[in-house]
Amino acid sequence: MNPSLTKLFLFFLHVCIHRALKSVMANSDFLLQFQEFEDNQDFTQNTQESTTVTIDDPIKSRKQRNAAGTDFEGEEDDPLENSDKTKLLSGERKSAPFWTFEYYQTLFDVDTHQVKSRILGSVVPWPRRNFVEVYLRSNPDLYGPFWICATLVFAIAISGNISSFLRHHGQPKYKYVPDFGKVTMAATAIYSYALLVPLALWGFLTWRNRTIASLVSYSFMQIVCVYGYSLSIYIPAVIVWIIPSEGLRWCSIAVAMCLSGSVLVMTFWPAIREDKPRIIIAILSTIVILHVLLAVGCKACFFSTYETDPSADNNEPLKAGSTLSFTKAN
Amino acid sequence: MAEAEDSNKPLFAGLSDISISEDIPVEGDISVPVGSQNADNDFSTLDEPVKDTILRDLRAVGQKFVHVMYPKKSSALLRDWDLWGPLLLCVTLALMLQGGSADSEEDGRPQFAEVFVIIWFGSVIITLNSKLLGGTISFFQSLCVLGYCILPLTVAMIVCRIVLLGGSGVVSFAVRLIVVTASFSWSTFASTAFLADSQPTNRKALVVYPVFLFYFVIGWMILTFSPSH
Repeated sequence: MNPSLTKLFLFFLHVCIHRALKSVMANSDFLLQFQEFEDNQDFTQNTQESTTVTIDDPIKSRKQRNAAGTDFEGEEDDPLENSDKTKLLSGERKSAPFWTFEYYQTLFDVDTHQVKSRILGSVVPWPRRNFVEVYLRSNPDLYGPFWICATLVFAIAISGNISSFLRHHGQPKYKYVPDFGKVTMAATAIYSYALLVPLALWGFLTWRNRTIASLVSYSFMQIVCVYGYSLSIYIPAVIVWIIPSEGLRWCSIAVAMCLSGSVLVMTFWPAIREDKPRIIIAILSTIVILHVLLAVGCKACFFSTYETDPSADNNEPLKAGSTLSFTKAN
Repeated sequence: MAEAEDSNKPLFAGLSDISISEDIPVEGDISVPVGSQNADNDFSTLDEPVKDTILRDLRAVGQKFVHVMYPKKSSALLRDWDLWGPLLLCVTLALMLQGGSADSEEDGRPQFAEVFVIIWFGSVIITLNSKLLGGTISFFQSLCVLGYCILPLTVAMIVCRIVLLGGSGVVSFAVRLIVVTASFSWSTFASTAFLADSQPTNRKALVVYPVFLFYFVIGWMILTFSPSH
């Protein structure tokens, strides 16, 4: 090897080690001063400024709305507000680093009535209520999204199996085989929708927030929460799909998509309101289109809608059916 | 010694009050109690015959089966947890549910590994869920309870296979449906009876729902089991 290159490399290594040692020494001096706890809290608070910004605004705007007398929630809200107020007043919530168990416990800090009200709020779109502002209020949880997605996966697999069984019931050559591969396919599709789309949306909104100062900015967990709860309307829709009537199936898809799509749009409207009109339209239409694609894709994959061919002798009509339904849709 | 203590005073201030002078002799006696060798024999199980060991474990497993079939709020399942019973039940269920490998008719049936993974992975996720929600039960105790409460579903699987020997018409389907529904609700009720006490009061439904979903899925797999001709 070239001697001068090795010397250069060693020089850089030396500089890096020197700098690293210096920073370690500085930190260890800082740690030996027996004032650890306050210093550590300041340290972690600095890294979580993005979440602290959102805490203030929703509460202030809610108080303004309460003062204006347009309080719709009334009695249901008071126990929520009291428990949330004490949590907010007691200090920084998510101060644990993300590799400890306690951090994830703060993400599961919900009660039964809170989960129920969040599910209801994600199904019924109310024009002046923002889901994040009203229901989440700086307490996003992972319980709802995770278990709603799990229920949806199993509901799709089970209803798909039931509907194909009912469709082929009278035929002599058909032997019912529970198709277990559906569960893995459904799980992959739904969980990646519930995780990747919020990630992309959060990344995009954070990037836009640098150029356009917006009042409302959502953290990643809040967006995951909104998307997870918005999938809850599909569970009854999927159960309705068992009934082998095409009109009913498309009707239920349309209703479900309208309800949850409008909740999503109304949630994200305040975050992108000040942006250019073209970007607003682009984002909103992307949200709606992805939502529609998920619903229609699940229906096409799992609830095949072909006309049966009684002379067909194969033992695997399910696989043939899904390809036939794709050709029919095209 | 004193000077060293003075210079360290701000940091180790409390320790300077304790001083050990060299005048006090250390007293006491060290004796190895010979008599406790006999007491040790009760706890050391290395010397007993293998039959005794196996029978003791089998008796413990059997006792827990009885606790599951008649679920009262006793803490025996939680206190002396073991994972032999769940392993036995899981392997039995997976063996009975699995599809053949080369036969194309049984393509859709779950493989042995799939059932095994679903049961254990599902139990682990439910346990993590209950711990994250603030439950006081330990990880293995929860796995033990969830595994033992699969017993009614295993019994239902055996009954379903016997019923299917007699034909697979509508009557047999109705009988199987009733049996599986009864055993699935029994499983859910039994595990709730053991697990619910360790949860905070306003989150009990949040913990019970995943258990319900878990046994529902296993019951569904049992109900849709179709035999090979």
